[in-house]
Amino acid sequence: MDISVINPILLVAALMGAATPILLAATGELVVERAGVLNLGVEGMMIIGAICGFAVAVETGSPLTGFVAAAIGGAALSLVFAFLTQVTLANQVASGLALTLFGLGLSALLGQSYVGVKPPKFDDLDLGALGEIPVLGPILFSHDIVLYFALALVAAVWLVLRFTRFGLLLRAVGENHDAAHALGYKVVRLRVLAIMFGGACAGVGGAYISLVRVPQWTEGMTAGVGWIALALVVFASWKPWRVLLGAYLFGGITQLQLNLQGAGVAIPVEYLAMSPYLITILVLVILSADKSAAPASLGRSFHASN
Amino acid sequence: MTPLLSLEGLTKAYPGVVANDNVSLAINPGEVHALLGENGAGKSTLVKMIYGLVKPDSGTMRMHGAPFAPPEPRAARAAGVGMVFQHFSLFDALSVAENIALGMENAPKLRDLSRQIKAVSDTYGLPLAPDHLVGDLSAGERQRVEIIRCLLQEPKLLIMDEPTSVLTPQEVEILFKTLRKLSQEGTSILYISHKLEEIRALCDSATVLRLGQVVGTCIPRETSAGDMAEMMVGKVLSVPSRANPEFGAELLSVTRLSLPPLSAFGMPLRDISFTLRAGEILGIGGVAGNGQDELLSALSGERRTPPGAIALEGADIGALEPNQRRALGVLAAPEERLGHAAVPNMSLTENAMLTGATRMGLEKNGFLNWGAAQDFAREIITAFDVRTPSAQNAARALSGGNLQKFVIGREVLQDPKVLIVNQPTWGVDASAAAAIRQALLDLATGGAAVIVISQDLDELMEISDRFAALNEGRLSEPRPAEGLSVEEIGMMMGGAHGMEVAHV
Repeated sequence: MDISVINPILLVAALMGAATPILLAATGELVVERAGVLNLGVEGMMIIGAICGFAVAVETGSPLTGFVAAAIGGAALSLVFAFLTQVTLANQVASGLALTLFGLGLSALLGQSYVGVKPPKFDDLDLGALGEIPVLGPILFSHDIVLYFALALVAAVWLVLRFTRFGLLLRAVGENHDAAHALGYKVVRLRVLAIMFGGACAGVGGAYISLVRVPQWTEGMTAGVGWIALALVVFASWKPWRVLLGAYLFGGITQLQLNLQGAGVAIPVEYLAMSPYLITILVLVILSADKSAAPASLGRSFHASN
Repeated sequence: MTPLLSLEGLTKAYPGVVANDNVSLAINPGEVHALLGENGAGKSTLVKMIYGLVKPDSGTMRMHGAPFAPPEPRAARAAGVGMVFQHFSLFDALSVAENIALGMENAPKLRDLSRQIKAVSDTYGLPLAPDHLVGDLSAGERQRVEIIRCLLQEPKLLIMDEPTSVLTPQEVEILFKTLRKLSQEGTSILYISHKLEEIRALCDSATVLRLGQVVGTCIPRETSAGDMAEMMVGKVLSVPSRANPEFGAELLSVTRLSLPPLSAFGMPLRDISFTLRAGEILGIGGVAGNGQDELLSALSGERRTPPGAIALEGADIGALEPNQRRALGVLAAPEERLGHAAVPNMSLTENAMLTGATRMGLEKNGFLNWGAAQDFAREIITAFDVRTPSAQNAARALSGGNLQKFVIGREVLQDPKVLIVNQPTWGVDASAAAAIRQALLDLATGGAAVIVISQDLDELMEISDRFAALNEGRLSEPRPAEGLSVEEIGMMMGGAHGMEVAHV
C-alpha cells in the first residue's frame, strides 16, 4: 500500500467534477421542495437529460447545444409530473416514482442507437494565466463551464430565495399554500415553474454524466445519483450552501475511496464503496441538528376549493 | 352624511341553504359597527362578500356612494378594505416582516418595511419585532401581525372576525384602545363577535343576523346583553345550573407533571400539580397554545408520563394507554373534532365504536358488536340533539356544532369517573352550548370529576367550581371560581404578554 501515489491537488480537482451532477440535481430539487412539491422523479429526469444531451451533442457536434437540449428534455419530462400533481392532483410520491421508472425506460429506448458512440469532447475552459497558478490553478481554474455554472446556480438560488420577492413568494407557497392563495397568489403557476426548473437542473446534471464524466451512453448510467441528490436536499435542511457542502463531501469521498482502492489499502473494497454514503449522511445529520423544518406544505396537493 | 359602505339587499345562497337573505346595512366613516349573530347566522359570508372572496347572487354594495363590487381580495384591499381573519393567514416559517410583505401589493424593501412596522406598532401600542419568526409568536402577537399588515395599507374599513377569541382580557383591553384610536382617526370598523359585553364596550351600532336575515339593529350601549342575546337566538335562554355541589373523595391527582414539547412549535408542560375530587369541575383557562392540547393528551393517555405524575384514586396511571384508562373510567374529548376526536370519513356508528368499545361492551374477544354500537350512536344522537339523517352518516358530513355535540355526548354517556374536555362548546350555537354545559354539570352532580379546558372565560365562570389557567405550559394554583375578578383571571393567564397601551 502506498498512500503517496494519491495527489491531493488532482484529488480536489476531480472531486469537483464528481460532485457536479449531484449538485445540479439537488439544487433543482431544493427549489421544487421549497415550493412545497416533492418530486421523486429526479433520477428519471436525470437519465432523460443524459440521453437527450448525449444524442444532440453527437448529432450537432456541440456539447453545449447538448446541455441545452438536456435542460429542455428534463423540463419536458417534469411537465408530465406537473400535469399529474398540479392539475389532476395525483399523489406526488406515486407520480414521482412513476416518473423515474418512465424516464429510465424511455431513455433506454431513445438511446438504442447511441450505445458505443463517442461524444464530442467537452473542453475545459481556458482561463489563461489563472490556470498556471500553482496548487490553486489546477484546483479552481481548470474546469469546464458547466461546473462553474453549477456553482453560480447555487449562489443564484440562495440569493433569489433569500433576497427577492419572487423567492419570498416561492417560500410562502411551500410553507402555507392556503394562506398564499387567500392573499391572492397563483399557487399552481408558481409550483409548475419550480417543477420545470427542477427538471431542467436534473437534465443538465444527467448530461454532465454522459458527456463529461463517463463520457459515453449506457442504459441506466445515472446509477442512483438522482436518489442521492434527493436525500442530500433533506439532509441539507433545504439550504443551498449545505447542498453544496454535501455534494462536495460526497464527491470528495467517492474520489478518495477510488484512490485508496488504487493505492491498495487493506480495507475491503465494499467498505470503501459505502463510505461516501455513510459519511455524507452522518455529517449532514449532525449539521441538521438545528431543527430546520421541512417546508410545511411539502408533498400536499393544493386545490383552490373555497 | 354619505355612509362609507352601504349594503342593499345582499343575497347569497349555497346549495340547500340561504346564507344571506336580503341583508342591508350601512357603516359611517369612523363608526365601529358590530355584526352579531349565532354560528351559521351568515356573518362570515357577509364579510367575505365585502372582502371580495365571495360574489353575491343579488343586491348591491356602495362605497362612498359609488358602486362597489370587488372581484377578488386584491381589489377590495385597493379600495381600502382590510380584513383580520379569525384563523390567521400567516406563514409560520417566515419572519414577521416577510409575512407582512406578502400581504402588501407593493411591498417596500424589507429594511424599510421593518422601519414602517416599528413605527406603526409604536403608534398603536402593538409591540412586534419584525425579524422574529411567526411560528414562535403567541396567538395575540400573531393577531398583531395581521392587524399591522392591514394598518400599513391605511384602510378605510377594517373588518375584524372574532378577534378576541384568542386573547387574554388584558390583551383585549389593549386591542380595544387601538380600535378606538383608529375610529377616532376616521377608520370604520366592522366588528364580528358573539361576545355581547365586548360589543357593548366597543361598538357604536350593531346589526343582528339570524339565519341569514337582519332581525334587528340596536345601539349596544343602550341595550342590555340579555336583549341582544334574545335577538340573536330568537328565544330566551335558560342558564345552566345545578344544586349545591357536594364533593367526595379525591379522584385524580397530578403531581409535578412535566413533558417535553412534541414539535419545534409545541409547548412543554412544566411542573403541573393539582387534585380533583369527585363531583368537582375544574375549569382551565388560558390562551390557546399554552399547553392545553399537551395537558389533555397527558391525561387521556395519548402520551405516557413519568411514574408518579398522574394517579387515579391513588394508583399510578401514567404508563397506561388510552383504552386502559377508559376501562378505569378516565375519558377525554379533545379540541380538534375532525381528525382527533372523530375520524372524518367514518360513520357516526364507527366513531362511537372507537372510543366506546371498552366501556360500553361493544367488543368481545376481538369481535365487534355493530348492533350495539349503532344503538349507542343513536342514543347519543337523541340525548344530545345531534342533527344528522342517520347514524350511518360520515362524521365529516356533520356541521362543526353538531359533531361537537356528538363527541361530547359520546364521552358523557359512557358514565366516566373522570372526564377531560377541551373547548366543549367551540363553534356550537348558544342553546346547544347551554345543553352541553348542563350535561357536564349533571355529570359532576352524579359524582364524576370533570376538567373543562376552554378559551371561553364566561363558560368557565358559569360551570367551574375551581379555576386555574395555563400559561407557557405552567398551571396556576387552582382557586375557587366564585368571586374571581376579571383582573385576577387575566393575571393568572399571564397578563398582557408585554403589551403596552397605545400612545394616544
